[in-house]
Amino acid sequence: MEKKTYTITSSEGLHARPCSMLVSAVTPFKSEVTITYKERTANLKSIMGVMGMGIESGAQVEITADGADESEAIAKVDDIMKKESIGE
Amino acid sequence: MKQTITGIGVSDGIAIAKAYRLETPDLTVEKLTIEQPELEIARFEAAKAEAAVELEAIRAKAAENFGEDKAAIFSAHLLVLNDPELESSVKGSIEQGVNAEFALQQAADTFTAMFEAMDNEYMRERAADVRDVTKRLLAKLLGVHVSDPSTINEEVIIIADDLTPSATAQLNKQFVKGFVTDIGGRTSHSAILGRMLEIPAVVGTKTAMASIEQGTSLIVDGTDGTVLLEPTDEDTRAYETKKVTFEQDKELLKRFVSESTVTSDGHHVEVGANIASTEDLPLADKNGAEGVGLFRTEFLYMGKSDFPTEEEQYDAYKTVLTSMGERPTVVRTLDIGGDKELSYFSTPEEMNPFLGQRAIRLCFEHPEMFRTQLRALLRASVHGNLKIMFPMIATLEEFRRAKGMLLEEQEKLQAKGIEVSDTYEVGMMLEIPAAAVIADLFAKEVDFFSIGTNDLIQYTMAADRMNETVSYLYQPNHPSVLRLIHNVIQAAHKEGKWVGMCGEVAGDPLSIPVLLGMGLDEFSMSPSSILKARAQFADLSKSEWEGYIPEILQMETSEKIIEFVQAHS
Repeated sequence: MEKKTYTITSSEGLHARPCSMLVSAVTPFKSEVTITYKERTANLKSIMGVMGMGIESGAQVEITADGADESEAIAKVDDIMKKESIGE
Repeated sequence: MKQTITGIGVSDGIAIAKAYRLETPDLTVEKLTIEQPELEIARFEAAKAEAAVELEAIRAKAAENFGEDKAAIFSAHLLVLNDPELESSVKGSIEQGVNAEFALQQAADTFTAMFEAMDNEYMRERAADVRDVTKRLLAKLLGVHVSDPSTINEEVIIIADDLTPSATAQLNKQFVKGFVTDIGGRTSHSAILGRMLEIPAVVGTKTAMASIEQGTSLIVDGTDGTVLLEPTDEDTRAYETKKVTFEQDKELLKRFVSESTVTSDGHHVEVGANIASTEDLPLADKNGAEGVGLFRTEFLYMGKSDFPTEEEQYDAYKTVLTSMGERPTVVRTLDIGGDKELSYFSTPEEMNPFLGQRAIRLCFEHPEMFRTQLRALLRASVHGNLKIMFPMIATLEEFRRAKGMLLEEQEKLQAKGIEVSDTYEVGMMLEIPAAAVIADLFAKEVDFFSIGTNDLIQYTMAADRMNETVSYLYQPNHPSVLRLIHNVIQAAHKEGKWVGMCGEVAGDPLSIPVLLGMGLDEFSMSPSSILKARAQFADLSKSEWEGYIPEILQMETSEKIIEFVQAHS
């Protein structure tokens, strides 16, 4: 299992475009990928699950990947977070 | 095979194109107990796969026709469709022994409720996405066809039961050449829209949806209400000739574009345009409007996911006022309720919506919504010749209350140093018989009246204008209606106030002579009716028709009045 923590820097929080990008990016991976915010955890492959958390700009979130390709999944998340200025 | 259907022609012109059926499918879901969950799950998977193929195709088509921006919404729909949470929730319910349709409906309801409860416009929009995707999936499961009007990319004639304002907001107007609807009359939304877009419309056909299939070749004559199915080559040639003649006549009227409206005995009346958005301004100008007699602001609120902000409204009002310049511009404050609803704002179910909490009544219930609009109007007032009009006023107290709120907002703006015009006018829409009866009392306090005939007639005759079985009572020239209008004009003129009319009657050739004789000051109509009306005024003598009024007011029936008008004009 791999974990990584981010502060969301995107001004719109984890809604709209940033959310769609993350969901689309992790969907192809076999590993289970989740996002935890304020002690609630959602499937990062579910746009409705993630948006349902109402993550605003400045929030601290933890991304977890668990499975055969967990390192690749985390690397992909990291890439999108930085490239699209979603979080750091 | 050739076949003819007739309805009421409500917007002139001829269209020759293929039928596009705008269906409102029945997606009622029943809860069933199922024996084999794996079969039900397979059905769900199959429906999902079909919906995904369809959405991909729509997405590609939308990207090609309208660009990637417009296509993004369908990418979002695909994400929702493939959402694992939605899937596991549906599958979980199916495994408990319910059918796929019910399981889906239940899951979708949970998600939409969650999004709708969020304090964020973007999230509430997602609720609409979930609903759209659910509809598509349900249609697949139930085996019914759903139309996608936003993807029309060839010339079509729209066939529908009725056109709701929200359905028309999605139409790609460039490709829509005509409308045929089974229900409705001269004042239904499809009729108004047809005239606004200057395309033929036939309503009240009763059988169009039952007899016209998707893609059927059609000829629509909006002048006499004829709809030809599978016309012969001969028919097509004949109608093409008729179409050319119609367009030539329209061309002839163009000499009236830059002239003002003057009767044969030299009296000037103002002929203005009814508009629904800034997009209608070119049409108003092209037809030589001398003002805007009705700006229906509710369209600013429709086809959206949330209330328009003060800035959005200010921009729209400023655009209209700037474009009209010195020409008077009457802006009606929000008139929703009745048959006009907003997707993001639930108005309570009512037994009689036309007699319920609509227009100004709803604005009083939601003062912040109303005040936002008033501020936007006041700020825009410096850009032109603004006249603010309150709809559905029944009592003096209501008018005073609305005007009081307006003045409060004005004071607050001015205290902040924001400039407000000191010449804008405040008037009311006169559409409730109670107000028409005491027009003399109102006339002391308003700057103007604008008579809304569509509602005034339905309220006076107690006949729902959408109900075909009582449509015989919808009589614009009924003595009762004409006496009320006469009373209003007399009362206003006694106080030195002006009276306009912004209902459909104002552009009706049979009513124009009588209204002119009564002294109506302003006639506001669909832009496409303006030139025809102006040509008619040029042939009418105001003093002659003034002389006929006492006699007309003594006539017993609409029929007699219409006969008299036809015999004398």
